[in-house]
Amino acid sequence: SEASLVRLYRRFRDLDRNKKGYLCRTDLRQIGALAVNPLGDRIIESFFTDGSYSVDFSGFVRVLAHFRPVDDEELQDPKAPEPLNSRMNKLRFAFQLYDLDRDGKISRHEMLQVLRLMVGVQVTEEQLESITDRTVQEADEDGDGAVSFLEFVKSLEKMDIEQKMSIRILK
Amino acid sequence: MEVADLAGKIFSTWLTLVLVLILLPSAFGVSLGISELYMKILVKTLEWATLRIEKGVPKESALKNSASVGIIQRDESPMEKGLSGLRGRDFELSDVFYFSKKGLEAIVEDEVTQRFSSEELVSWNLLTRTNINFQYISPRLTVVWVLGVIVRYCVLLPLRVTLAFIGISLLVIGTTLVGQLSDGSLKNWLSELVHLTCCRICVRALSGTIHYHNKQHRPQKGGICVANHTSPIDVLILTTDGCYAMVGQVHGGLMGIIQRAMVKACPHVWFERSEMKDRHLVTKRLKEHIADKKKLPILIFPEGTCINNTSVMMFKKGSFEIGGTIHPVAIKYNPQFGDAFWNSSKYNMVSYLLRIMTSWAIVCDVWYMPSMTREEGEDAVQFANRVKSAIAVQGGLTELPWDGGLKRAKVKDTFKEEQQKNYSKMIVGNGSLNSQLN
Repeated sequence: SEASLVRLYRRFRDLDRNKKGYLCRTDLRQIGALAVNPLGDRIIESFFTDGSYSVDFSGFVRVLAHFRPVDDEELQDPKAPEPLNSRMNKLRFAFQLYDLDRDGKISRHEMLQVLRLMVGVQVTEEQLESITDRTVQEADEDGDGAVSFLEFVKSLEKMDIEQKMSIRILK
Repeated sequence: MEVADLAGKIFSTWLTLVLVLILLPSAFGVSLGISELYMKILVKTLEWATLRIEKGVPKESALKNSASVGIIQRDESPMEKGLSGLRGRDFELSDVFYFSKKGLEAIVEDEVTQRFSSEELVSWNLLTRTNINFQYISPRLTVVWVLGVIVRYCVLLPLRVTLAFIGISLLVIGTTLVGQLSDGSLKNWLSELVHLTCCRICVRALSGTIHYHNKQHRPQKGGICVANHTSPIDVLILTTDGCYAMVGQVHGGLMGIIQRAMVKACPHVWFERSEMKDRHLVTKRLKEHIADKKKLPILIFPEGTCINNTSVMMFKKGSFEIGGTIHPVAIKYNPQFGDAFWNSSKYNMVSYLLRIMTSWAIVCDVWYMPSMTREEGEDAVQFANRVKSAIAVQGGLTELPWDGGLKRAKVKDTFKEEQQKNYSKMIVGNGSLNSQLN
């Protein structure tokens, strides 16, 4: 809605420390609660597509739009492109947090990396590897040792994605 | 000729009025009740304005209560619930959702950056600067607003500027004169008188109405007074009720003149910029100051920077390592009449003062609290947190563990490690069991 856009724009301007008109990685890193988030860096990366160094307001809003709560009353127009906050797109967003090299598959190595980010130095290498192996085994159906996007979707089909990946903006 | 005569006459009558109505009562600490009358009229006008706004606006968008609550509905559940887990759950692909959601919530709105912009008001107070969400309602309201602008800029502003000017010059002259005397009780008494009078004049210059609570706990000599920091005006507000020794950097310009004059009359602790970096030197000088029981209590703002008066941020432990008795003081401004927060990255000192002088008034509450000392087995950080909680509770402010310096510097890694620790406890707790079973 328009009021929410205005609020987001104000937020964008507040975050833009030097009033450059766009955000760069350091601007986002300065947010305290984000810097202590184990996946903070990955989340920041998701704003910057194709290795660019800046994100403008429309790019900012585009990423945040993934987290808009799903509206059941919205009429589904089959010809219109899928809205950014559909279940599939939310899942795609989560998938790209794992899949760093954007090859469409989460390899065992990439899974290990994300896990390592989330636990830091608290867990040994062997424990981490066994957890990774188990997870990949459970999700991998075609046996190629990696989790493709469709396998990812399938393993999460029972999960209430809409609820978990939604941020509701108050009026 | 006649115009000059007339102007001269007006000016002198005005000065006499100012003298009689404001300066003399300040010297004796007596109030004539003019400001109370002004405040009553102001409150009535603002109430009327609020009613008009509420009538004019359709019912659905009248939910302005969430103004200071936040713009998103946050899921405050701890990590365990968010990951839909009991202890001993295994890692799942969906865990990443929790972290990404938390991360994006932080991007949209985080607790710290909020605190460095002025508080949003629930209802408009007829100042253009707070007019973010409110639109044109009715002609009557606009007339009142225009009237308000005229009153503020043409009547109040010159008056306040004059008063401020008189106040500061009196302070400099008075302290220099007192400084000529030799040390003794007469000098102390006179310097107190000068300080108090000038501060009262300066507070009138801002149309300040201050309510002091619990005066019996006022800081004593040889103690340290700590308070939450919102603006440089805090100093004025506290000194109106008692004399303190200030601690701070030596500035140049007008501030420097004031500092040098003040130090002649009674001992303040001013540091050169280079000395500030040496923490031991700072601690030593402060310790020497409080060891002398005849010296005035030191005034310190442990947050280190100006916060917008909705919350209290981390207290730096330096002030709490000195020892001695700590007298906490909570200061809370009423934003309805004027916003006292100094956003140093947005406004410089002069424009900040102008903004203050063109607001309606500065209304605040000051609570003195019973003194605290460091207990056995409590280190400086825990003590600082204890004092911080006490001040936050008393002033009705929220408490934040973040460092006010965050607006300029990076976060410590220890916080991140804590989150990681929590998470690993969850997944490895049972992971090891699993591998044993296998």
